[in-house]
Amino acid sequence: MRLNDEEQDILAGKSGSVARQALQHQLKVGEFFGAEDFVPVTQAHIMADTESLGEAGVRWLEEIATAANGKVCVRVPTITDPRGTDFAKASFLRHTSTMIELERRAIAAFERLGVTMTDTCINYQTIQAPTRNEHVAFGDTGVVIYSNSVCGARSNFEGGPSALAAGLTARTPRYGFHLPAQRVANLHVRVECAPASLNEWGALGGVIGRIAGNYWAVPVIEGIEKSPRSDELKHFGAAMASFGSVALFHVVGLTPEAGRLSDVASAGLPSYRVARDDIDALSHSYRADGLVDVVVFSAPQLSLYELRDLAGLCEGRHFAVPLLAVTSPQIKPDSDRLGYTARIEAAGGTVLSGMCFYQSYAREIAEANGWKRLATNSAKLVNILGGYGYCPMLASMEECVDAAVSGKLT
Amino acid sequence: MIATARGFRARQSMGRTVRGLALVAQDGFSARYDLDRIAGIFSRHNHKLAGQSYVGKILILHTAKGGVASAWMLHEMASRGVIPLALVFNSVNPILAQGAALADLPMLAGFDEDITAAIPSGSEVEVNPHERLLTVIR
Repeated sequence: MRLNDEEQDILAGKSGSVARQALQHQLKVGEFFGAEDFVPVTQAHIMADTESLGEAGVRWLEEIATAANGKVCVRVPTITDPRGTDFAKASFLRHTSTMIELERRAIAAFERLGVTMTDTCINYQTIQAPTRNEHVAFGDTGVVIYSNSVCGARSNFEGGPSALAAGLTARTPRYGFHLPAQRVANLHVRVECAPASLNEWGALGGVIGRIAGNYWAVPVIEGIEKSPRSDELKHFGAAMASFGSVALFHVVGLTPEAGRLSDVASAGLPSYRVARDDIDALSHSYRADGLVDVVVFSAPQLSLYELRDLAGLCEGRHFAVPLLAVTSPQIKPDSDRLGYTARIEAAGGTVLSGMCFYQSYAREIAEANGWKRLATNSAKLVNILGGYGYCPMLASMEECVDAAVSGKLT
Repeated sequence: MIATARGFRARQSMGRTVRGLALVAQDGFSARYDLDRIAGIFSRHNHKLAGQSYVGKILILHTAKGGVASAWMLHEMASRGVIPLALVFNSVNPILAQGAALADLPMLAGFDEDITAAIPSGSEVEVNPHERLLTVIR
């Protein structure tokens, strides 16, 4: 890779061992993908729940923080994805003291490096949405696909170590979706139905993700007639990224780079049609026998509007099985202030903050709480939880609330 | 007649040269979605390698899937020695490259043919990132 004077100085250790280590890591990745140089970034977002890091990852973070010795901090605003617990509700979730201590150590290390603990996967709704052509280094696939597609920003999937490196060096290797040529569509999808709920938007995203099938696929989509809401595109993108590892999509006439089909697509692209049957087939593949141990709204964290809708559905209900609603630390105070939390919890639900269900030791809390059959309106969540031993079921928010009352999806 | 080792050239590479047994499937890979990382097996019930151990194997799969957690998880798996010997993909995403860089895990990606169809599971192979070469030994 071509390095400028500043980057050569960092590599020579003139900015200290932490910055050098960060740049060396970025060089390995950049050279793997044939990056020619680095591009400055304005924000970084780090996915770093401790189930993923483990003891080894936390120790690695602590060593960096110790080497930084209070003298080296991130150079651009660097924020965090959800943590592995909600400390206020850890006993309810049956998180162990070992898990909690690991979380505390990770947080302490990040804070020593100047990282801002926002603990959210919906920073584009709650912290600061990136703008068109803004180069960023975001983690969490849902954050990246929304930022690239809906905002027109430029990011690759940056895993935790790489996002931290980008925060420490204020740059990232220029490859993938930082390059205009990579943002051109390479498959065309015509949608022949209108999703009616968040779970259907997620299922549609999942279907397109499966068609696309890999990170370098960029779908351009036609047939979405109305302007979706942010929450609808949130579930749509998060599921597409989850099912297909997709990082960028275009919707003709909606997303900023695709005013017209010809702006992002050449003639003769492979073309696919997605109909109502495809959405239903994906949804029905996650219905099992209908018995439910737990209901979860998470992945992505809920917006204030989702919590408002959920609170309305909880009015006058009494849950037979646990219902968990997970939101960000930025949304939770408003949910409390506006009475949404109280209405959900009066029915027997629990509102959690700063975590995400699948990033919070999902396997261990399933075993500790006897949770196997899980109902949710998140297509992303059902896709992830199969590997954790759950029997996940996809349904609408209304159906999920009914299931919390009766103990089964009908 | 002496049999000639068959080689496959990759476009992307990282890490040191290793030899081992290939575990092959036309399926994806995500450390979070697909694995029981404690037991060291594929745990997603509909994965083509469900129930099989990946520990010490050269995993040859189609593509990277899912989320960003693999970037940390490969490092964590390496710390316990419950990790594949190397990763080989038809197509890889940044997360697995970032994770392999942190975990010091050899990796090859990008071939002119479907590498999962070209390599029989259970064969002995060599991953040579310096030469960007995957070779079937026997």
